[in-house]
Amino acid sequence: MANQDVRDLAQKEYKYGFESEVEADQVPKGLNEDIVRLISHKKEEPAFMLEWRLKAFRHWLTMKEPTWSEVRYPPIDYQGVIYYSAPKAKKKLGSMDEVDPEIRATFEKLGIPLEEQKMLSNVAVDAVFDSVSVATTFRKTLAEAGVIFCSFSDAVKEQPALVEKYLGSVVPYTDNFFATLNSAVFSDGSFCFVPKGVKCPMELSTYFRINAKDTGQFERTLIVAEEGAEVSYLEGCTAPMRDENQLHAAVVELVAHADARIKYSTIQNWYPGDKNGKGGIYNFVTKRGKCAGARSKISWTQVETGSSITWKYPSCVLLGDDSVGEFYSVALANHYQQADTGTKMIHIGRNTKSTIVSKGISAGHGQNAYRGMVRIAKSAAGARNHSQCDSLLLGDKCGAHTFPNLEVGNTSSTVEHEASTSKIGEDQLFYLRQRGLSTEDAVGMIVNGFCKQVFNELPLEFAVEAHKLMNISLEGSVG
Amino acid sequence: MAKNTVLKIDDLHAKVGDKPILKGLSLEVKAGEVHAIMGPNGSGKSTMSYVLAGRDGYEVTGGSVSYLGKDLLAMAPEERAREGVFLAFQYPVEIPGVSNKYFLKAAYNACAKHRGEPELDAGPFLKFVKEKAKMVEMDPAFLNRSVNEGFSGGEKKRNEILQMAVLEPKLALLDETDSGLDIDALKIVSNGINKLRCPERAVVLVTHYQRLLDYIVPDFVHVLSGGRIVKSGGKELALQLEKEGYGWIDAEKAAA
Repeated sequence: MANQDVRDLAQKEYKYGFESEVEADQVPKGLNEDIVRLISHKKEEPAFMLEWRLKAFRHWLTMKEPTWSEVRYPPIDYQGVIYYSAPKAKKKLGSMDEVDPEIRATFEKLGIPLEEQKMLSNVAVDAVFDSVSVATTFRKTLAEAGVIFCSFSDAVKEQPALVEKYLGSVVPYTDNFFATLNSAVFSDGSFCFVPKGVKCPMELSTYFRINAKDTGQFERTLIVAEEGAEVSYLEGCTAPMRDENQLHAAVVELVAHADARIKYSTIQNWYPGDKNGKGGIYNFVTKRGKCAGARSKISWTQVETGSSITWKYPSCVLLGDDSVGEFYSVALANHYQQADTGTKMIHIGRNTKSTIVSKGISAGHGQNAYRGMVRIAKSAAGARNHSQCDSLLLGDKCGAHTFPNLEVGNTSSTVEHEASTSKIGEDQLFYLRQRGLSTEDAVGMIVNGFCKQVFNELPLEFAVEAHKLMNISLEGSVG
Repeated sequence: MAKNTVLKIDDLHAKVGDKPILKGLSLEVKAGEVHAIMGPNGSGKSTMSYVLAGRDGYEVTGGSVSYLGKDLLAMAPEERAREGVFLAFQYPVEIPGVSNKYFLKAAYNACAKHRGEPELDAGPFLKFVKEKAKMVEMDPAFLNRSVNEGFSGGEKKRNEILQMAVLEPKLALLDETDSGLDIDALKIVSNGINKLRCPERAVVLVTHYQRLLDYIVPDFVHVLSGGRIVKSGGKELALQLEKEGYGWIDAEKAAA
């Protein structure tokens, strides 16, 4: 039966579920002001950082966890989480060769070699293991072009003025429950600064790996592109298979000045839990970009195949006149995964434009929700938005939900919204099988076709990876 | 030298849901032959095609089908395809976002791999498929479009024939390939099929109308009625059916 085939396909294997034996330097479980101070102390931060963290923590105590999304999960015990876990370093790292061999092997196994000569030649990587960045490649090459690309911790030490200027300028510490928690305890992440007129000579990438048990990962990424600068950035993530849920609450802030372009792509493959819904990462992420200057452009592309819960709405605040925001998304919810994802496009400047393309795939008992907001302020004369939300259902136990929210504050703007829901057809499967394709390949082909418009937005190397990942995520034991 | 039997259907019974459709169908097709299966609506023509291709929901309740000496009914649909059974669909299916050439390459390589032949990379395959497109008079621009998406009825049918040309089946089942075609499209599609006739290939044409047989001259014509073959003959049988309809066959059957 076709439905049975589709259900079989949903029995996928998670390839990245191994655990590495690495000695860790951890803070005690739980969260209070002392923990916040301890994290800041361990990171040898300047006073302004500690102040900021404490303000965030005190604010967080007054906040309630949001309940408006479609995701359902048992209460999270915030006192049961370890907020900082770093691989024990014997000494300060001077070069890649000094990275703990076990950690290097971990990234090697994940297909992310940290030796520069082994890497994709035009991609620089910042590797984050649990709470800290362990390696950043090509720093020298980038520095020659004037680009600063380093771990957030290094940025705090080496570029405190830039960090102080931009940290929280897009996502303030008061923003929302998870972003505020992140502001209090974030441990590391990536920092990128592209100065005026510079086109970053290579793709930048951060690879996040959660390893230690009972830890949460709270990283923060900040990317600033000055006037006329351009940068393309990609993040990838995986985690070991564990029966317990682990919390990941990240914040990403992007700032694009006049005529700058930032392209931010995500391939999110956190452990999704097993086929019965046990374990998996809770992924509560706040991502927002500010098109601060005229004619600037921020483009989000995301391929979300992992996590047991995804709660994430990469957004654009279009302040500059003629600025452009884009959001291209593929979200897969298989087994008992829940995805509540979408975007916010806030039009403030004149003639600002935004495009939203969202593709949701639901399989097994997966629940997939698109949640989007397009707000056009009175000031945004001549603004335009086009939204397209398509849902694909595999099998009959999954769900797709769409919650578009449009607010238009003037009469000179255009807003369009299209939505469709389709089921993977028995006729399509039979047609492809009649041409010699296995059910697995047929489903992969149909799903990849469905996602094509989004995959086309990814940098080439990663489009291939996304294509493969989609096939692996649907892989199963078809007889 | 005796011709090889490609397909041997013996007393085949099949039902869709609870409804018996095929009730003792027997048919033998040899290599190089073209057989036309004609019959009134609801006689079981499409059911026969789907049963032979292995579609879900078409349940065989009796009889056997041997394909090149193997038990066809024991194979999964993709195995049948890889073994050389090709069904040209009456209603070809759209696959949005998947380019025609990517799809054709995947299908070709799945079949080639099964037969132990070398698989083709994008470059050589493109050259190969362009020649095939030329043969079936298809604009190569269609190779870059999504499978059947936005194709006209005629373009979809021509795309089926292109797939047949690429996959080079040993048994081609053409299900109402003439339906929905205007006369120009019918000529082009028929031309394509005629070019694909060869001594190694067996063709079964399922059609409601004689019209197609003006262009593709069959070796045998069979009338399917009530789920079995009730009359077989040469190409002249088709002309008689065109002139007199199917009524006389039912009358003959009733008298027998």
